[in-house]
Amino acid sequence: MSEPLLSVRDMCVAYGGVEAVRGVTIDAKRGSIVTVIGANGAGKTTLLNAIMGVLPSAGAVSFDGAGIDRTPLEARVARGLCLVPERRELFSNMSVADNLELGGFRRSAAERAETLEQIYARFPRLKERRAQEAGTLSGGERQMLAMGRALMARPRLLMLDEPSLGLAPRIVRDVFDIIVDLRRDGVTILLVEQNARAALQIADYAYVLELGQVSASGAAVDIAADPRLVESYLGLGGGDY
Amino acid sequence: MDSTIVLFLVQDAIINGAIYALVAVALLLVFAVTRIILVPQGEFVAFAALTLAALHAGRAPPTVWLLVALGVLTFVSVAWRQRRFFDARTLAVAALANLALPIALALLAQAMAPLKLGLASEILLTIALVTPMGPMIYRLAFEPLAEASVLVLLIAAFGVHFSLTGLGLAFFGPEGVSTPALIQGSFMIGALVVTGQSLAVVLATVALLAALGWFFRATLFGKALRACASNRLGARLVGVSTSMAGRIAFGVAALIGAISGVLVGAISTIYYDSGFLIGLKGFVAAIIAGLSSYAGAGVAAIAVGLVESFSSFWASAYKEALVFAAIIPVLVWRSLVVGHIEEDEE
Ligand SMILES: Nc1ncnc2c1ncn2[C@@H]1O[C@H](COP(=O)(O)OP(=O)(O)OP(=O)(O)O)[C@@H](O)[C@H]1O
Ligand SMILES: [Mg+2]
Repeated sequence: MSEPLLSVRDMCVAYGGVEAVRGVTIDAKRGSIVTVIGANGAGKTTLLNAIMGVLPSAGAVSFDGAGIDRTPLEARVARGLCLVPERRELFSNMSVADNLELGGFRRSAAERAETLEQIYARFPRLKERRAQEAGTLSGGERQMLAMGRALMARPRLLMLDEPSLGLAPRIVRDVFDIIVDLRRDGVTILLVEQNARAALQIADYAYVLELGQVSASGAAVDIAADPRLVESYLGLGGGDY
Repeated sequence: MDSTIVLFLVQDAIINGAIYALVAVALLLVFAVTRIILVPQGEFVAFAALTLAALHAGRAPPTVWLLVALGVLTFVSVAWRQRRFFDARTLAVAALANLALPIALALLAQAMAPLKLGLASEILLTIALVTPMGPMIYRLAFEPLAEASVLVLLIAAFGVHFSLTGLGLAFFGPEGVSTPALIQGSFMIGALVVTGQSLAVVLATVALLAALGWFFRATLFGKALRACASNRLGARLVGVSTSMAGRIAFGVAALIGAISGVLVGAISTIYYDSGFLIGLKGFVAAIIAGLSSYAGAGVAAIAVGLVESFSSFWASAYKEALVFAAIIPVLVWRSLVVGHIEEDEE
């Protein structure tokens, strides 16, 4: 099927009177990694939250060919959308195992058990720490748990808000490897990253967000080669992952 | 005052304390999941005792009409809120839960009451009649306020409490009732006479608390409620609907209230408005425990029972006042030692 898994048309999101996202149109093809890059405050987090249904928005969002504008957040999870939020939002006074189990809340017990095994295989650290309270994990472990919890929902579209935030370079690399693995398993990824260079290396398609509007878009290799964009987003920091 | 009297007062304190502990646990649960202070928890207790008394006398309890009325109101309110976003499935589920279930229970109660099938079946029917009121009240009064502040929710809770007390008078009338003891008779432990009912209260309370502990530690829905209490946005992101969690929490609270009512009816005479004082003492225990610790609330509930039974021995005219006054030193101590309780960040 050629129709994109996710398609967002003319999305506008406002906080009070201030519009943080203004008329954004983006698509995510099935089985691709799409990245949204932009400066601090460009509206990336706002965009992901609105697609997930955490924030109300104007415009049209369709997922797998069906409009989901009126679908509440919880039901979007059941359909296969999943967000790893910027602030992780873990259940900090519950164990790692409970956090993961709850990630599969909308799935059957058999699916949960099966996915849990896969996640423990992917993140052996989580298996070691499964009895520990999530609030006592290190930053990197928390990030793994947030991804693991999202994967427990067996998402078809996984949205990641700055998955490398605060992680050591080696772990960032692991995280990006996992994202590439997930695409191989057929999961479509919408990735928001500060580390634009690394994001563009693994992405198929990229959008550049400026002041709440898409200012450029194209194949990730082309965006990575655009001299103007290289200067504004890829010049500093990042480096190869 | 000799040791027999002390032991007698302690026994009294433990029985009452057990009831307050159940109320306090329900309050903590509902507050953690929904940020609502469930003022009407006592009404579930009173309504259950009144229902059981009617059933035991062979009459169909007025509760059935109250339940049907609440169900119709709830359904109308849910349907009204759906007028723009019509969703046939949600509406059908709401019709089942709020129309079909109450009517079926009402018919069952009408048919069963004259048969006098015995205390056990009457208790089960009582619990079945009172428990669905919890989710209905949530949907009717609190679901539309999901984003409101704790203060607004508290005011709404008082509104629900006054409405239910009024409905209680209209449906049950002003007469007091008492219900039969679960375990008849009494026996001696040393010099102390222990009534069967006090044993029943303690056993039932311990069993219920253990069952709740299991529910929260071992079941997915129990964990989902804890997740809502821990991080509401996180819970929504894994697909736990806050409305569903609210309904479950209210259902569990009403279940706890119904069981407390079955227990308390044999200890003291219950009127349509007796729930408030019982609820308030449970609330004192919950506050002493900082509205957060279940174990702390259990201990505090026994302490409330002790203050109550000893003050009714020494100064019975002031017994309620002394119980509520006991909260003051605790609050002072908490504000000095523990610091302020954190506002929720939403
Ligand atoms: N709750 C809020 N209330 C008001 N304004 C907000 C709120 N959240 C975000 N904003 C504003 O909306 C704009 C976009 O914020 P957003 O968090 O989406 O940016 P971002 O691209 O994710 O930035 P960063 O890279 O720093 O995470 C910013 O100007 C921000 O100040
Ligand atoms: Mg952000």
